[in-house]
Amino acid sequence: MGWHKKILRVNLTKGTCKSEPLNMEWAQQYLGSRGLATKYLYEEIDPAVDPLSPDNKLLFATGPLTGTSASTSGRYTVVTKGALTNAIACSNSGGFFGAELKFAGYDMVILEGRAPKPVYLWINDDEVKLLPADKIWGTSVWNTEEWIKKTHQDPLIRVASIGISGEKGVKYACVVNDLHRAAGRSGVGTVMGSKNLKAIACRGTKGVKLANPRKFMEIAAATKKQLKESAFTGQGLPAYGTQGVTSVINESGIYPTRNHQDVQFEGANKIGGEAMFKPRPTDGQTNMVRNSACFGCTIACGRVTKIDKSHFSVKDKPRYHGASGGLEYESSWAMGGDCGVDDLEALTYANYICNEQGMDTISFGASLAAAMELFERGYITEKETGGLKLNFGSVEALVQAVELTGKGEGFGADIGLGSRLLCKKYGHPEVAMTVKGQEFAAYDPRGAQGMSLAYATSNRGACHLRGYTIAVEIFGIGAKLDPLTTEGKPEVLKIAQDTTSVIDSTGLCMFPNFCWTLDEYQQQVQAACEGDWSMEKMLETGERIWNLERMFNDRAGLTKADDTLPQRLLKEPAKTGPGKGLVAKLDEMLPEYYEIRGWTKDGRPSNDTLKRLSI
Amino acid sequence: MQKSLNIDPNKCTGCLQCEMACAFELEGSFNPAHSRIKIFHFEEQGRFVPYTCTQCAEAWCLHACPVDAIKMNAETGAKVVDEATCVGCKVCTIACPFGTVNYNQASGKVIKCDLCGGDPACAKACPTEAITYVDANWTGLEKMRAWAAKTDSGAQAAQAPQAPAGH
Repeated sequence: MGWHKKILRVNLTKGTCKSEPLNMEWAQQYLGSRGLATKYLYEEIDPAVDPLSPDNKLLFATGPLTGTSASTSGRYTVVTKGALTNAIACSNSGGFFGAELKFAGYDMVILEGRAPKPVYLWINDDEVKLLPADKIWGTSVWNTEEWIKKTHQDPLIRVASIGISGEKGVKYACVVNDLHRAAGRSGVGTVMGSKNLKAIACRGTKGVKLANPRKFMEIAAATKKQLKESAFTGQGLPAYGTQGVTSVINESGIYPTRNHQDVQFEGANKIGGEAMFKPRPTDGQTNMVRNSACFGCTIACGRVTKIDKSHFSVKDKPRYHGASGGLEYESSWAMGGDCGVDDLEALTYANYICNEQGMDTISFGASLAAAMELFERGYITEKETGGLKLNFGSVEALVQAVELTGKGEGFGADIGLGSRLLCKKYGHPEVAMTVKGQEFAAYDPRGAQGMSLAYATSNRGACHLRGYTIAVEIFGIGAKLDPLTTEGKPEVLKIAQDTTSVIDSTGLCMFPNFCWTLDEYQQQVQAACEGDWSMEKMLETGERIWNLERMFNDRAGLTKADDTLPQRLLKEPAKTGPGKGLVAKLDEMLPEYYEIRGWTKDGRPSNDTLKRLSI
Repeated sequence: MQKSLNIDPNKCTGCLQCEMACAFELEGSFNPAHSRIKIFHFEEQGRFVPYTCTQCAEAWCLHACPVDAIKMNAETGAKVVDEATCVGCKVCTIACPFGTVNYNQASGKVIKCDLCGGDPACAKACPTEAITYVDANWTGLEKMRAWAAKTDSGAQAAQAPQAPAGH
């Protein structure tokens, strides 16, 4: 229970949609969502496959707790081989789509092959079919969602779709559901575009059955109360969203600035959580309208905002005068601090465009930052950029770049390559701030050493959601470790990676983890699912998932050499902040980390480890 | 003392916990499709509005029912559907001006809010107090308070920008 025990398998090449039983043996080993979908992908494709070929598969997976009364139960995961990274890609999204898919009666949708013509998948409980998408191909996520709801005459349909960027092959295209919730990273939307699949539209009325519903409701009520009473999840996140951390991170000297050339941004306070509540001199309104929640979420960290109608970016564009989602922290950093831009209204606009055209805000912002550095160092000129003056801090450049990249036009097509390919194309790979081809998140590892190891060993490339050591290094949640030293970090990271893997597989969000420990997740899983889901098993499941992802990457051709950071972070000391003078001391931690993981010196899971985890 | 569900859309974050609580309480299922309270999302306005039966004093659903399947619970004031009597003719769904009586295909009967016998699950589940169960004679009190505070210009001038509701 918790699972519907049913998968929907869609062959886009043949145009067939069939349901099949979920492999319950695997569900007992990998739980759901991230873990279970990774197992299916690992068993069904050759990890060496070209991510954009029809042989790659795209999986949309819910967890056993998705769609239940547990707080934050709206999550689903998209798993595939990533277009940006050529590694395992696993992108997680909130909103309402995941729960709707579950209500339709499916734990997972597996999409294989490539449709001969653009299509969208229509799921209405047991009625499932592929329908022509020629009327929405070449349009945005927003248009697609509106058109589908009108065509089926049902405003309650939930839609996950790609924008023009996904169709045009922008390497970090994402899947956007509910207009502004994204399975953001690693180019899962690019893979969707390569399959000629524009959208999945879903309506479900079947609900979810649980093993022990009364017990589950009791635990859910108690854990919701905990969230409400916590300073993080009960006060900080609802009031200021993820944006609330901006000033703390900046003061800690780990706010990457101007493509990681610096670690503190003088304009950070103009684009942070508090700034969103400041009345604008132009119209007296605030950027922030209210907070909003994903399905089942009692935290409600989501930001609903409105842009100043007189701002140059939207002045003659009434389409962007209404309320919409964002900014959240990573987006405001990537397009803001990393590009030296401190204009909150422009950032909000750029965020809307990323949502509308389905682009990962982090990778877009960081790729633009890389382009800006190429431009300022004279490695590219206006000749290459088609007249764009890509200077750090240029608000105009941000606005023009986001519009061009979203549509894959002009120099936007180059920015759409992602930092790694962009910088390689112009002969300066050292400018790309990536791990395994994926751009960093909003934490510079020189002032939080644990993040060096977290980024370097993350299976999907640089990422803050695969072992957030910031929690112990900066916020002191659970324990407090000195951010400037490496001691104890490998051990803490391993636990965080394993914990994160299993939490992602429940169908719940990571944010309750600022208040709950794994215990609270475990209790809810145990009440919802049949079988033994003890703490030991939860942790072992997490470790199994992490190792399976690693094995996928191993077979995709990634090696120890990919567990590294850009030379800038390893060689150029931080210029300011508490970590001034420090570089990322990755070498001090990597061998110990491999050992703790039970991996060889080459970073491969040893036979004993694989056997112990039954992989 | 009779009580009413009091709804404040300004506090609603759109999480649907109320829908799930309602479905679980009344149908034993984790399934918002069975909920008798609905949240409407108005994306462009950035507003979320909970909507359910207002338990009208002169209940049109009750008067319209040809078989007297809808009865008033004198204690709570709720208009309650007696499933055994209901024939599923749906006249009450036409009579209700607000659309808060709905037909349930699975049971062949109509469903509507019955205030959970005086302890509404939606109000208990709401994390932001957008849905509260209050003295029926004072359903507007909180709103009055809020407006009174807004019109108190002296206090307003001294106030820093307010964090949104929901914490």
